[in-house]
Formats: sequence, structure tokens, C-alpha cells
Amino acid sequence: MSTSAKVKTGVIKGLLYIALILLALLCVIPFWLMIVNSTRSGNEIMTSFSLLPGTSLASNWEAVVNNLDIFHGMLNSALIAVCSTVLVSYFSAMTAYGLACYKFRGGNVIFIVMLVFMMVPAQLGLLGFYDLCNNLGLINSYIPLIIPCIASPGTVFFLRQYILSILPMAVLEAPRIDGASELTIFHRIVLPIMSPGIATMAIGAFIGSWNAYLIPLVLLNKPELYTLPIMISSLNSVRDISTNIGATYLAIAISVVPIIVVFCFCSKYIISSISAGSVKG
Amino acid sequence: MKGAVFAVLTSKKRRNSGCVESLGHYGALFCVPFVAVFLIFSVYPVVRTLTMSFTNYKGYGASDFVMFDNYTRAITDPLFWDAFVNTLKMWGLNIVLQLGLALLLTIVFNDIKYRMKGLSIFRAMFYLPNLIACTSVAFLFKTLLDWQYGSVNQILLSLHIISQPINWLGGEGWTAQAVVGVIGAWMWFGNSFIMLMAGVQGISHDYYEAATIDGAGRWTIFARITMPLLRPIMMYVAITSLIGGLQLFDIPYLISGTKGTPGRSLYTAVFYLFNMAFTNRQMGYAAAIAFVLFAIIAVCSFIAFRLMNKKED
Repeated sequence: MSTSAKVKTGVIKGLLYIALILLALLCVIPFWLMIVNSTRSGNEIMTSFSLLPGTSLASNWEAVVNNLDIFHGMLNSALIAVCSTVLVSYFSAMTAYGLACYKFRGGNVIFIVMLVFMMVPAQLGLLGFYDLCNNLGLINSYIPLIIPCIASPGTVFFLRQYILSILPMAVLEAPRIDGASELTIFHRIVLPIMSPGIATMAIGAFIGSWNAYLIPLVLLNKPELYTLPIMISSLNSVRDISTNIGATYLAIAISVVPIIVVFCFCSKYIISSISAGSVKG
Repeated sequence: MKGAVFAVLTSKKRRNSGCVESLGHYGALFCVPFVAVFLIFSVYPVVRTLTMSFTNYKGYGASDFVMFDNYTRAITDPLFWDAFVNTLKMWGLNIVLQLGLALLLTIVFNDIKYRMKGLSIFRAMFYLPNLIACTSVAFLFKTLLDWQYGSVNQILLSLHIISQPINWLGGEGWTAQAVVGVIGAWMWFGNSFIMLMAGVQGISHDYYEAATIDGAGRWTIFARITMPLLRPIMMYVAITSLIGGLQLFDIPYLISGTKGTPGRSLYTAVFYLFNMAFTNRQMGYAAAIAFVLFAIIAVCSFIAFRLMNKKED
């Protein structure tokens, strides 16, 4: 390659990197502005713009903490998300194992109905779901936010494919001959082998539950039961916060930062779960 | 994931070999919790929505059977169709930006001449917006785009790009719709990029080797090998985005402060359904809207899948 061609390649490469970095900044800057503005007073934010933190974090913090039970909301969200994740992981693995490793009448019917429902848009069942909870007296209860996680067709589907690709059936024969019960085999052998696949799905389930908005919005109307997203969506009605933009930013930041921290540690798993789920078709 | 579902549905191969037939009933037992919860919380609600759509149910008390009244009302309701058109506009801008950007990035990162580095860190940053709850995203942008005090107008003013603050979320409706479309693209292009990259990595290296030996250039290889083999995934991304996009609700609902303002520009189909059901207490009518919307989504997906299969042949 001649020198001028090399220079040209280098310049284009440099420009491409600049474009990529700009795009990356575009993804990050709104969050940076959020963090910066949450440390500045309402007045500062209204009159000027800055990329460097201010000094009003403490007063904003007071405005948020005194007017909004945001950590209670976080606790509520965490409780629901942890319970949901445990149920999704355990029961999806169990169902996937049942469907993948045993032959029984109706197994295919379950599988096909499950696939059909994976394609049904969520809003189709919303009104019936609300009506059902209403009739069962489950409004303002966490049960309808947690229990339905036992049946997550998407996760079962993924884990079934996963078992079929990684679990040799011969592994199950030795403990069977030794007299282990089928449930013991599931707990002691199948679950550990499946754990990487389960972990991938669990992270997705946790984030999905943590961020859920529509169903909690419909089902919860007592402020002490509010989850974090519902609390954030009601920011406008909290006067001392809505009139102080710095406090508004801080409240949003409190809701966003935990997920960013989790992402910093698990980004590899989260990203592999997207590509794993999508491509094999 | 839906792409994989279709692959499984259409393949005839059975893979249950090695199962012990005499223990089959254990498999059924393992499925019991799933089936029970699935019937109660997934199947029944859809059936209940369907039966509701034929009545004038208000969400409580007794109701009368009204045949197809709700459906004829939905099909002839101009407000519903306005909301539907709004949804299409916002989704249209969203998908063009989202897929276009994802495709450009895929081209850049797969270029054999420039060999760009740092894929994993860029990928993580591009994906970040997708993880944040819609409520936080909506409120963040609502605050950043505030007409008087928002940082975006302040930046644009201080850089002298604009001389007057732009009333993004008030004023004329199209700016607010554009904002929702751009936010959607911002949230989802990283996701599409990851899927397209995974698709490229799934293409066998033999094709590239053969093409290089035959003397094909970078662009020929891209146009003749990468693009055609990537098309199914792009269609898949577009279809799942359409299914999700027609159900657009949270961002417009939250940005407009639950009113659909300015004008009715941020009213989407599911937004309309939601207000009918929970504000106007016309559950029966809202249920009919849900099924009309479902029919539209089903027809669109069906057509898209037909197109996709044709092009693959």
C-alpha cells in the first residue's frame, strides 16, 4: 500500500472513530446531564447550562427525601423484582426440563400454545387481567405482579432450546439407576448444568420487572405500595419537587443509577442474552 | 426470539430422543405449575377481554350483550384512527432511524479494511438507553426538552444554532411526535445493532473466503453476501418493532402528562384504549379496540412474514 493510501485510510478511520464516539456520547450525555443537574439548584438550571456538577446536591436531596418516599418505592420495586426473578428462574427451568426431557401426552400441545401466546401482544389481555384481579380482590396487592411470572413462555422457550443443546440425556441415567427421584435429579443435576442459561434469563427478568410500568399503574393506587417507576411518573404532583427542577433531576437519577451500576458489572451477560435469544431462527 | 419460534414451528425434526417413556408422567408434573398459572393469568384474561368486547361492561356491575356494536363503533371512530395514525407516524420515524443507524454501525464494525476496535465498549454504551425504565426516560427528556429551562434549548441557544427556544413538547404537534420517534430510536438502536452483529457473526466464513479468492471487493462482498444473508434478521427486527411500536404507550403517555397534548398529537392507539377503559370506564368498547388493534398487528405480521419468506427463496 502506498503512503498516501495509508494516510487516507488512517484519516477515514479517525473520522469513523469520531463519529462512533459522538454517537456513544449521545447515548450517555442525557444521563450525565441528569447527574450534573441533580447537583445544581433550580435557579442555576433555569438560567444556565453546565457540564460540571454544582453544589446543591444536599438541598435537592432534602427536597426529594422529605417529599417523596423514594427509598420505600425502591424497596417495593426490589421486593417485587427479586420475587419475580426467583419464580421465573425456578419454574421456567422446571417447565423447560419437563418439556425437553420427558415424553408425555399433551407436552406438544403445551409447547405450541405457549409459542402462540408468545406472539400475542401484551395489551390484548390487559383488560381481562385487570378485571380478573378486580374480581379476586387483588387490586393493591403484589400477587398479580409476582405470581404470573411462574408462566413466562419466552423464558421457557429459551431454556428448552438451551437444555436440548447442552444436556446429554445420558447424564440423567446414572442417578436414576442409583435410585434418585426425578425431582432430586432436577435439583441436583439439571439446575446446576443449566445455571448459565438461567442467569442470562434472570437478569432480563429482573430488569423487566424493575422497569415495569403499565400493569403496576393499573393495579396499584395506594401511594405506600407504589413501585419506583410509578413514583417517578407521579413526580409532577409533588409540589416541592416539581417546582424545583434540581430535585426532579435527582429523583430521576436515584431511579436510574442502580440500573447503570448493575449494567457496568453485567453488560456482557445482558448483551449475550439479546443475541442468544434472537438469532438462531 | 420470535424468529427462533418460527424455526421451531416449521421444522419437522423431533429431538426428544433419549427420553425415558415410562417416566413421562414426571414431565407432566413438572409442567403443572406453569400450566395452572398460564391458564389463569395468560389465557383467561385474553378470553375475558374477548367476551367483554361484546358487551357494554363498565368494569363493575351487570352488563348487556351488544353483539358487534363495539366493533362497528371502533372501526368508524375517527378518534381511534387519528390515534392509530399518530402511532404509525411515531413508529415510522423510530424504525427508519433505528434500523438505519444499526445497519450503518454493523457495516462500520464489519469492514475488513478499517478493522474498528472497541466493539464491546461501544456496544455497551449504545445499549445503555434500552435498560432504563420508560418512566425515567420520559421524565428525563421532558425535563431536558423543557421550553424555557431545558438543557437542550440552552445548548442550542449558546451554540447559536437557534435564536429562539423551540417549544419541543408544546407548540405544534409534529415536534412532539418527532421527539417520541427519536427517543424510541435512541432507546432501541443499540438492541438492533446487537442483533444485526450477531447475525453477521452467524454467517459462515467460507462465503467470505470464497468471495475473496474470487477477487470480490469489500463492497461487492457486502452487497452480495452480507446484506442478503442479513435480510431475515432485519425483517425480524422490523416486525418485532412494529408489533411493539403499534402498542406504543408509556413514553407518549408520560411525556404528555397523561393528556396526549399538544392537541391530540401524542394520543396513540393503546393510549386511547387505556383512557377508554380506565378513565371513561367503557371497558367493553376498550376491549373491542384491543382486538381491532390485534387484528391489524396480526395482518401486518402475516404480510411481513410472507414477504420475508418469498425473498429468502
